[in-house]
Amino acid sequence: MKRTALDDKAIERALARIAHEIIERNKGTEGLVILGIPTRGYHLALRLQKKIEEIEGVRLPAGAVDATLYRDDLGIKKDQPSLKRMEIPIPIDGKKVVMVDDVLFTGRTIRAAIDALMDFGRPLAIQLAVLVDRGHRELPIKADYVGKNLPTSQKEGVKVHLTETDGVNEVVIEAQQ
Amino acid sequence: MKLKGKDLLGIEGLDREEIELLLSTAESFKEVSEREIKKVPTLRGKTIINLFYEPSTRTRTSFEIAAKRMSADAVNISVSTSSASKGETLRDTAMNLGAMRPDCIVVRHSSSGTPEMLSRYLSCPVVNAGDGAHEHPSQALLDMLTVRERKGAIEGLKVSIIGDIVHSRVARSNIYGFTKMGAEVTVAGPPTMLPVGIERLGCRATSSMEEAVRGADVIMMLRIQLERQSESFFPSAREYSRLYGLDETKLKNAKEGVIILHPGPINRGVEISPEVADGPYSVILDQVTNGVAVRMAIFYLLVGGAREEHHV
Amino acid sequence: MNRLIIKGGRLIDPAAGTDGLYNIYVMGGRIASIKKAESDDSEAGPGVEAVDATGLIVAPGFIDAHAHLREPGFEYKEDVRSGTQAASAGGYTAVMCMANTRPVNDNESVTRYILKRAEGAAAKVYPVGALSVGLKGERLTEMAELKAAGCVAVSDDGMPVVNSALMRRALEYSKISGMPVISHAEEPGLVNAGVMNEGPAATRLGLRGIPNAAEDVMVARDIHLAELTGGRLHVAHVSTRGAVEAIRAAKARGARVTAEATPHHLALTDEAVKGYDTSAKMNPPLRSSEDVEALREGLRDGTIDCIATDHAPHSTIEKDIEFDKASNGIIGLETAFSVVYGLVEEGALSFVQALAAMSANPAKAFGLEGGRLTVGSPADMAILDLNGKWKVEAARLKSRSKNTPWAGKELKGIVVKTVLAGNVVYSRE
Repeated sequence: MKRTALDDKAIERALARIAHEIIERNKGTEGLVILGIPTRGYHLALRLQKKIEEIEGVRLPAGAVDATLYRDDLGIKKDQPSLKRMEIPIPIDGKKVVMVDDVLFTGRTIRAAIDALMDFGRPLAIQLAVLVDRGHRELPIKADYVGKNLPTSQKEGVKVHLTETDGVNEVVIEAQQ
Repeated sequence: MKLKGKDLLGIEGLDREEIELLLSTAESFKEVSEREIKKVPTLRGKTIINLFYEPSTRTRTSFEIAAKRMSADAVNISVSTSSASKGETLRDTAMNLGAMRPDCIVVRHSSSGTPEMLSRYLSCPVVNAGDGAHEHPSQALLDMLTVRERKGAIEGLKVSIIGDIVHSRVARSNIYGFTKMGAEVTVAGPPTMLPVGIERLGCRATSSMEEAVRGADVIMMLRIQLERQSESFFPSAREYSRLYGLDETKLKNAKEGVIILHPGPINRGVEISPEVADGPYSVILDQVTNGVAVRMAIFYLLVGGAREEHHV
Repeated sequence: MNRLIIKGGRLIDPAAGTDGLYNIYVMGGRIASIKKAESDDSEAGPGVEAVDATGLIVAPGFIDAHAHLREPGFEYKEDVRSGTQAASAGGYTAVMCMANTRPVNDNESVTRYILKRAEGAAAKVYPVGALSVGLKGERLTEMAELKAAGCVAVSDDGMPVVNSALMRRALEYSKISGMPVISHAEEPGLVNAGVMNEGPAATRLGLRGIPNAAEDVMVARDIHLAELTGGRLHVAHVSTRGAVEAIRAAKARGARVTAEATPHHLALTDEAVKGYDTSAKMNPPLRSSEDVEALREGLRDGTIDCIATDHAPHSTIEKDIEFDKASNGIIGLETAFSVVYGLVEEGALSFVQALAAMSANPAKAFGLEGGRLTVGSPADMAILDLNGKWKVEAARLKSRSKNTPWAGKELKGIVVKTVLAGNVVYSRE
């Protein structure tokens, strides 16, 4: 049982809108850094980087912030999550960091990513962009830019597929047993 | 993703996938040591005991730094006597350590097999930090990481390990490691220092230095312990150096781009000439840097996850 | 005067060549009659204890030419009482005990003390006196005195006699004492702090090896000295193919040499050390499969006369420690028969050969009474169930120490009862 919530076109439109919103809200691109949370958040970050470049003609520094080592569930999970890419392209002190992830759910990954980021310096601000917000927050965390709000039940799974990693662009909702 | 066993006692017990997992995890950890704040909270609240029955500042420090960079509490216990001379059984020792509820115990011991014997009585992971002439798995992992970084891959490389093979745990762990990863390993040393049946570990053995160096992509020089002279394993440092010391002349037969490893500490001018030790092909300092990353990876994979109940 | 009848068992006595179903009637500690089982059992009756041995083997009580009973001095490991109980649980009715006690059994007072402790014990005890005073390898002991006190052989077992001249003198002296010299053959320079057999297993484990040559050269030396002197040599715990060959050649030349091998050297190889099991650490060490095969061949062709346990009890403080620091040796009295029977099942030797090597041959080698079941001989018997299996459980062992590589293993061949001088001294529960 699965249904498509966003198709290729819808994802493109959502990202384009987020790119505009980022520029608008920050009154340009001055001091911005885009960091994606691997794996798919990182690819979304690169896409946003490209879109902003198309709009403003400025190539923002983009990279990856891996939150794995900061997760709060390491001591609970039996299997160790594999470590991902950590790539902070420029010193983040005094920068406005736009963190990008595919799905915002409990907020725990974002909390871990914020902690990870803080170990690299003191940004002026951290903003959060997500393709999908599916609700069910467990921490007081809110996205600044949302591609699509998808009300889901806890029993459902939201999967983002991107051409870079999965060969297709789509967001699907799966019913889990 | 995890290691199959509770402990890391040797490379012999790992399969290729596990070695690759350790190496790729270590690669990720290298980045942490490059940061200004070289600390991640991954092992917050975990206690790691470094139990060293044999003095080793380098290895102990490397494990300690690895633990601290992961926010674990590292406790060093240096013991100068064996269980035997204290009138204590290994079970007593293990039970006493276990009662402190550590999350991991790193053991260095001059008697082969002691980490394995202790691990049977302990529910927490045991990491072998070098036991007698048996194994030194973290050293082999850092050696493999260094070689992989420099050479891109280990598969198909010709690796020569030269020196006191019979007393070397580094040699044994590296023979297992590099052969499992698809390299072709040759060990070389005087016949007095080549143990019986070493070929059964999967390597070639020779007493010809020329043969060992010829065509090698990687040369690993082992530390020669000068005390071995008293047992006539070799007549003198001078004679040893003449036959098995690596200098630039002998090195000419190696493959273009050969790299030289040494587990340290070096006897300059005995097993390795200063020009070679400090030369461009020497990756000895990379080994030290990689040592911390490898040990962080070991802790992450063995200690980071949920505590499973191991019945002992 | 005790009277006992053992009915319906299959009596196998290698010494007399007996093999058949017999009723054995015992009186006054000796065998009074042996009659075909189908004949009437008129000797049975009131006052006669009867043992039904139907379906079981009745063999001569085993004689162990090599055990360490540890008393005096190391009673926390074993004493004469616990050691002889272990012996009888293994079908042994006689045990020769080595001199490396504290004090060393190098004078009559220690010998008499051991024999005093052995009064009423579950097996006969035959002390072996020290070859040199204090086992120091310097001066000969007073062997006539030791013999008079009850010793049956001399040995510095546990330590090699490094000084060849001293070994020569001991062998010369054996001609007047009549006591064989038991050689613990190892060349210490070649042992050189080795802790297991030199070979691929030791290389893998990173443990220092003891080459076969350490035993070979010493066995060769002792054989040459026995031939030089005409003395009586017994080679203890043979472990190498080289030693087997040397003894075979010496016997062919007519030298006065006998030899023993242990059940563990016949059954296990150095692979048993894997996992750093200190229950597989002994001296001489467990050897290669080629050596094991040579030992078995030596038993089959009579080069090796006896199977002896080298029962060596150690407590956990000597065994549950670093492998290279752990003491050598394992207990063997309670498992010997089953382990040897395992070899018989494997086809390594015949059952009659096995029984002879555990009874008649040691009796002959050391001039001991027993080792045979004929009318008039001591009523010392082992009653065996060849079909039964048992699990070696440390807690159930009679020995005070539990250092056995067979702990937790299931073995075939059970000692059901042991009879010493006509008394049932052991019955398996």
